[in-house]
Amino acid sequence: MSRLLLKGGRVVDPARKVDAVLDVLLADDTVEAVGKRISPRGAQVLDMKGLVVCPGFIDLHAHLREPGREDKETIATGTRAGAAGGFAAVCAMPNTDPVNDHAGITRLILEKAKAEGAVRVYPIGAVTRGSRGEELAEYGDLREAGCVAVSDDGRPVASARVMRRALEYAKAFDLTVIDHCEEPSLADQAAMNEGPVSTFLGLRGAPAAGEAIMVERDVLLAELTGGKVHIAHTSAAASVDAVRRGKARGVRVTAEATPHHLLLIDQLVKDSEYDTATKMNPPLRAEHDRQALLQGLRDGTIDCIATDHAPHAVDDKKVEYDHAAFGIVGLETAVALCLDRLVGKGLLDLPHLVSLLSTNPARILALPGGTLAPGGPADVTVLDLSRKRQVEPARFESKGRNTPFAGWTLAGWPVMTIVGGRVAWKDART
Amino acid sequence: MSAFPHRHLLGIEGLEPAAIQVVLDTADGLKEILDRPIKKVPTLRGKTVINLFYEASTRTRSSFEIAERVLSADSLSIATATSSAQKGETLLDTAKNLEAMNPDLMVIRHASSGAPHFLARHCRFAVVNAGDGAHEHPTQALLDALTLRQRKGRLKGLRVAIVGDILHSRVARSNLWLLSKMGAQAVLCGPPTLIPPGIEALAPVTHRIEEAIEGADAVMMLRLQLERMAGGFFPTIREYHARFGLTGERMKRAKKDVLILHPGPVNRGVEIASEVADGPYSVILDQVTNGVAVRMAILYLLLGGSGEASA
Repeated sequence: MSRLLLKGGRVVDPARKVDAVLDVLLADDTVEAVGKRISPRGAQVLDMKGLVVCPGFIDLHAHLREPGREDKETIATGTRAGAAGGFAAVCAMPNTDPVNDHAGITRLILEKAKAEGAVRVYPIGAVTRGSRGEELAEYGDLREAGCVAVSDDGRPVASARVMRRALEYAKAFDLTVIDHCEEPSLADQAAMNEGPVSTFLGLRGAPAAGEAIMVERDVLLAELTGGKVHIAHTSAAASVDAVRRGKARGVRVTAEATPHHLLLIDQLVKDSEYDTATKMNPPLRAEHDRQALLQGLRDGTIDCIATDHAPHAVDDKKVEYDHAAFGIVGLETAVALCLDRLVGKGLLDLPHLVSLLSTNPARILALPGGTLAPGGPADVTVLDLSRKRQVEPARFESKGRNTPFAGWTLAGWPVMTIVGGRVAWKDART
Repeated sequence: MSAFPHRHLLGIEGLEPAAIQVVLDTADGLKEILDRPIKKVPTLRGKTVINLFYEASTRTRSSFEIAERVLSADSLSIATATSSAQKGETLLDTAKNLEAMNPDLMVIRHASSGAPHFLARHCRFAVVNAGDGAHEHPTQALLDALTLRQRKGRLKGLRVAIVGDILHSRVARSNLWLLSKMGAQAVLCGPPTLIPPGIEALAPVTHRIEEAIEGADAVMMLRLQLERMAGGFFPTIREYHARFGLTGERMKRAKKDVLILHPGPVNRGVEIASEVADGPYSVILDQVTNGVAVRMAILYLLLGGSGEASA
């Protein structure tokens, strides 16, 4: 039996309302005990003094690109990026090539993850075949093969009828439908948020209302069907409002927000002079949208923070703004950004952030972990709140270098990620 | 400090009023060359200029070419139809290849907003924006200003109506920046579907053309892209002309010495009635002539032509 004793760290486990200096004993792949002065008795001891010990972080929204776009990312590099960013588990969106709309593809992803993955990979299956928005994928098979949710992410489920059927049918397999909310007819060829900034840049804009219309629809359909819907990368103030009202009525709706939508606004497209690292979908919105997202985080409307990690090859971004691919990498910056800009600035306290990155993601998709309760998986994220360094894309584990945060100096970084009782990553500079 | 403290001309938004003044004054000074029997000065001898046009253009391209020749720059023009862009070469690869031939300046027109900024960031040569998407068309605004200034003696305090498809118009944006920086008062007019959000920060907006024209010193009509009808921005050309077109009757509300400007090409009977386009207050052809002078001024100022401008 391999035993690991995490000695003397500040243990933050919001699921159990724990925030105290304690020891954590991991035995093989499970948490054996959390308590004061646990005796090592043959366990390997890791000194956690001055560090924060959390249940392993879980990213509900990452694009690992494999199979199909291994030039952008692979399961190996994407999970190494996850480990280096403090994530013990990542959910892999199905917009690969081919789309993960079939149990065979799900199994392939899981086999690859088992062989090469640095952290846990939870595949998300497609809502519809080929994510074309027409016929439902085989949710029973997908669930059995290991999918933890369904989504056509990258695209919305445009048809209300198809979304209704998806929410209904998914109930049989206890699957949550994750929707990329964007009314397509309002977002046609858009490169950024619609507003004064897009006006003066002469770029086609997608109005925030285009997202909120579909969030409202999804909340109503979840209410109609009793199904579970999760709103991906919420970016608009009106979307937050729709989720809040839905929750107040008891609708089974949850929502995530990304660090970039929480920290950046559309003005950056102008200030950066059309830097394509600012291009993503949904786009960076206006300041009042960002404020509404922060408020949504504080009052619990937004349940979790997810990265929408979207690695691209240099050539996909080093083109005209109109032609650039959407998306930025996020796995290796998300935690530090949240620690510095949300906790460091006093917008959230640390236990709340840990719940947004671990407890709540686990709860939303009923994943293992999200707590250090004895008997649970030995997945741990260790943070050093005093560590200060720059975001250096050249040192990313991810193949993607596309980030608008390059050069930001951040205080508070993950320094170790433990998955199933094994140290999956440790900051060499610690 | 140089009179024109910029390496590139990417837009009017980034120019100081003093820099705009310098361009206009320089253009006024250079314009005389165009009336000489021998229309050539050696000012830019030995400088290489490339005109890279990814969108069709008659006026702007020929205007740049003439300006380059008058100033004795070596220049060549590349249009997409004959370039590697047809073979799938990226903008950056094309630009890098041309950069390897060591040009001093590149004039670029491109359908993507920000394409000139992209080149300015990645290449060594100076960049002049000859129109990028719906962003800016700075030399057009400068030639419009030159035309207004010649006719009215000033820009400050002029009331200028800009009428038509503001949403898709880079000409409107550049003119708005220029007029607001120079103390003129712009008024925008068009159907609400063709007015972009936030534009009212620079000028008041009205949907009644009569209101826009009332007391105007100048009216700038924008070209209506006829395919916008298919996009559902307005119901019919007939109604557009009836409600937003510039007719002789409507002209009566403007000042007696009103000027009519149009960046061309004109859709006769759509945004402007022929009687108005060809009427006595139309300065549409002056604009074209001034276009050459303004482009000469920009090339001269960016390529640091030493010595007398009109030497």
